[in-house]
Amino acid sequence: MSSDAGGGATAVVDVRGLEKSYGPVQALRGIDFTVAAGSVVGFLGPNGAGKTTAMKILTGFLAADAGSARVCGILVEEHPLEAKRRIGYLPENNPLYPEQKVADFLAFAARARGLSGPARRAALERVAERTGLQAVWRRPIGECSKGFRQRVGLAQALVHDPDLLVLDEPTNGLDPLQAAEMRALVRELGESKTVLLTSHVLPEVEALAERAILIHHGRKVADAPLSELGLTGRGLETRVAVRGGRAALEELLQEAGAQWLEAQPHPFGDEGCAAALAEVDGCGGLERIAATAAARRVPLIELAPRAAGLASLFRRLQEDQD
Amino acid sequence: MRSFVIARREWRSAFDTPVAYVLLAFLPAVLAAFFFVVGSFFDEQTASLRRFFENLPMLMVLAAPATTMRLWAEERRSGTEELLMTYPFRVRELVLGKFLGALGLLALALTFTLGVPFTVAFLGDLDWGPVIGGYLGALLLGAASVAVGLFFSALTRNQIVAWLLGVTVLLAFNLIGIAATATAVPPWLSALFLDLDFGARFASIARGVLDLQDAAFFGGVAAVFLCWNGLVIEARRWS
Repeated sequence: MSSDAGGGATAVVDVRGLEKSYGPVQALRGIDFTVAAGSVVGFLGPNGAGKTTAMKILTGFLAADAGSARVCGILVEEHPLEAKRRIGYLPENNPLYPEQKVADFLAFAARARGLSGPARRAALERVAERTGLQAVWRRPIGECSKGFRQRVGLAQALVHDPDLLVLDEPTNGLDPLQAAEMRALVRELGESKTVLLTSHVLPEVEALAERAILIHHGRKVADAPLSELGLTGRGLETRVAVRGGRAALEELLQEAGAQWLEAQPHPFGDEGCAAALAEVDGCGGLERIAATAAARRVPLIELAPRAAGLASLFRRLQEDQD
Repeated sequence: MRSFVIARREWRSAFDTPVAYVLLAFLPAVLAAFFFVVGSFFDEQTASLRRFFENLPMLMVLAAPATTMRLWAEERRSGTEELLMTYPFRVRELVLGKFLGALGLLALALTFTLGVPFTVAFLGDLDWGPVIGGYLGALLLGAASVAVGLFFSALTRNQIVAWLLGVTVLLAFNLIGIAATATAVPPWLSALFLDLDFGARFASIARGVLDLQDAAFFGGVAAVFLCWNGLVIEARRWS
């Protein structure tokens, strides 16, 4: 029934023209996107871009002002129960009942999903194992570490084996180790499930998703496979430092085809050094800087590429559109 | 029924926190204390529970909102309402589930007071008719009071505010009969006030005559507040 227009017949998520305002604040200004079955898509944007609002509408928590959201071809607004049965949702900030034991809460989640008897027990066993919750199974949720609480949130979203997993900022607030564990879990789930996740940090989406949808001020600004977005290739930012004057550094970068972004304080306080932030075309650009420095006999003392920040990425996308 | 999934969680949650234990201790203890110690039971020399049930409506004013104040306010404050609302429940199933959970707890607290009539029956010749009527009336009064309390829990994310609003409105429902006796009130209005008075309705049931009208009144009040509750929850999706 939903295979009418674009996005392909196998779209698990099909969102059209979504608009939502909170009083005078326009959170979504007409967003369209689809998520194909079996894919992992990252919904990327700065805080306040409208990511969470879009997820809340997709999961049926909020009503949209205009537009439609379909999950597995089902209109969320018209058939909320059927749509909700197909979604597993980890809301932002992972709200849970702290006084309940992990086992009790997940049993409730399973009952809420209509599971009973042996089916419920089997489902609970499956998610406990999959999310590694056995160690805290009988502990009140409020007494679990943040990492475990996040797993509980993930487990409740998985208990009914949903077609679509919606994860809103799944690693927000976790320490680096916990975040890495969470990413590993999500990556594993992504192999067998359709996953839509949001994030305000680029490396997270790079680590997990095949495709990124970038939104900014309630509008979609890009929607493409990560490789095509050029997040990892074109526009790689790198810090370059040489022993020598600023002029030598400028010449070096120019010859290597790198773009000067800004001068930076040099690391050793040595007057004989110069440092800058430059933009290069991926690894090739880095190689060219190193080769050129060697050829010109300029002592290269630092070449430190870093992941493009979200801010610069959006700036570039904006420039591309203009 | 899907509502029982919610009722069950609320019930369990109440026993995971001090809420249930405090209520189960408070209601029987206070009722028994007022009856045997403060009241004139031993002076009157009659094996009757009339005075026992007289104290019940005022106690219900305090106890019912205490069982419900947390139910919506805390979900909203902690954000767990987002889980509830994205699980495949209808709003009416959620509202009814929470109502049944709280009413169940109150009913359990009431059964804990059964020690009082059994003591009286041991001391004298107790007429059980009015006792059964009194407990039935208590359950009906409890249902209406819980529905009122639950509605006010849905209006705020602060439990104390929810409790205070519930107590205030229930107090009004219990005192409105007094206003009916004021000379400035026209007769038609005083009749209406008397009709709305929780205490008067309860007293007539507690006398041992279960009038269908009184039962329908409490059921109607509960239904109206539960419907409003559903509307408030539904409306929040559009905020």
